[in-house]
Amino acid sequence: MTTAAFWILAVLAVAGGVMVFRFDSMARATFSLLTALLCVGGELIVLGLEYLGIVTVLMMTIEMAIMAVFMIMFMMNPAGLMPMTMVHNKRGAAALCVTAFVLLVAGILLAPWPRRRGRAPADPTTDLGMALMGPQMLTMMTLGMALFATIVATVVLATRRGRYERYGDDLRATRPDDPVRGGVGR
Amino acid sequence: MNLEVFLIVAAALFCVGLFGALTQQSIVMLMMGLELMLGGVILAAGAAWHYIAPATADGQVLVVVAITAMAVEMAIGFAVVTALFRSREVDMTDMAAELRE
Repeated sequence: MTTAAFWILAVLAVAGGVMVFRFDSMARATFSLLTALLCVGGELIVLGLEYLGIVTVLMMTIEMAIMAVFMIMFMMNPAGLMPMTMVHNKRGAAALCVTAFVLLVAGILLAPWPRRRGRAPADPTTDLGMALMGPQMLTMMTLGMALFATIVATVVLATRRGRYERYGDDLRATRPDDPVRGGVGR
Repeated sequence: MNLEVFLIVAAALFCVGLFGALTQQSIVMLMMGLELMLGGVILAAGAAWHYIAPATADGQVLVVVAITAMAVEMAIGFAVVTALFRSREVDMTDMAAELRE
């Protein structure tokens, strides 16, 4: 059962990944990527990591929904009504990727992997929670800071007009440079 | 099933993503390639947890780190696309190349 699930998910994941770059339509490419990443979440569940698998599935679903919105905002051909290829250096990249894959597979097959040590706890999720709140606290704090920095950076990058546009680079302007004057006499 | 098979699937996902990230000109498609690469990393970390050291949670923590990296990449990527598009109406990597000089 798990073997069948593994192979179905593996084939779907890789096929979805390949189709992302073959579909003409951006929307289809997004959903193909969603398929691939959902299958990765499914593989995690096959491995016994139910919590992380479900987290992956939920996160990818929302992420791809957001991605579809951005696609339609920015891309010229969201519906795929005409054939579309926007690629550069296809041959070199293909050679590089095949080489990388061959090297990785050779390494995977030749490496002396350590033998399985210990057995999985009855509830890996509790284990993860205890690790993140205990010995791996530094990792958790770093992730938290990184996510906070991401929030700030995202807002800064996406802001159309900030205080530097309004008050000049040294923030010394007496009057803000607004396209429309404010209504309170400033 | 064993560790090698899982890692080979992860390597396949990683290399397909690498191909996309290297070839695609549209920044959003390039980010999709990065997402696929990180998907491969997630799978490899999960397999390493299950087949090498299931008694400790380090492999699971690695999966959490990779998922967070995915979220950060996505958010910053879209913010950069928005900023680029706003300043020069550009959504392709080749058109945003003037910093190269």
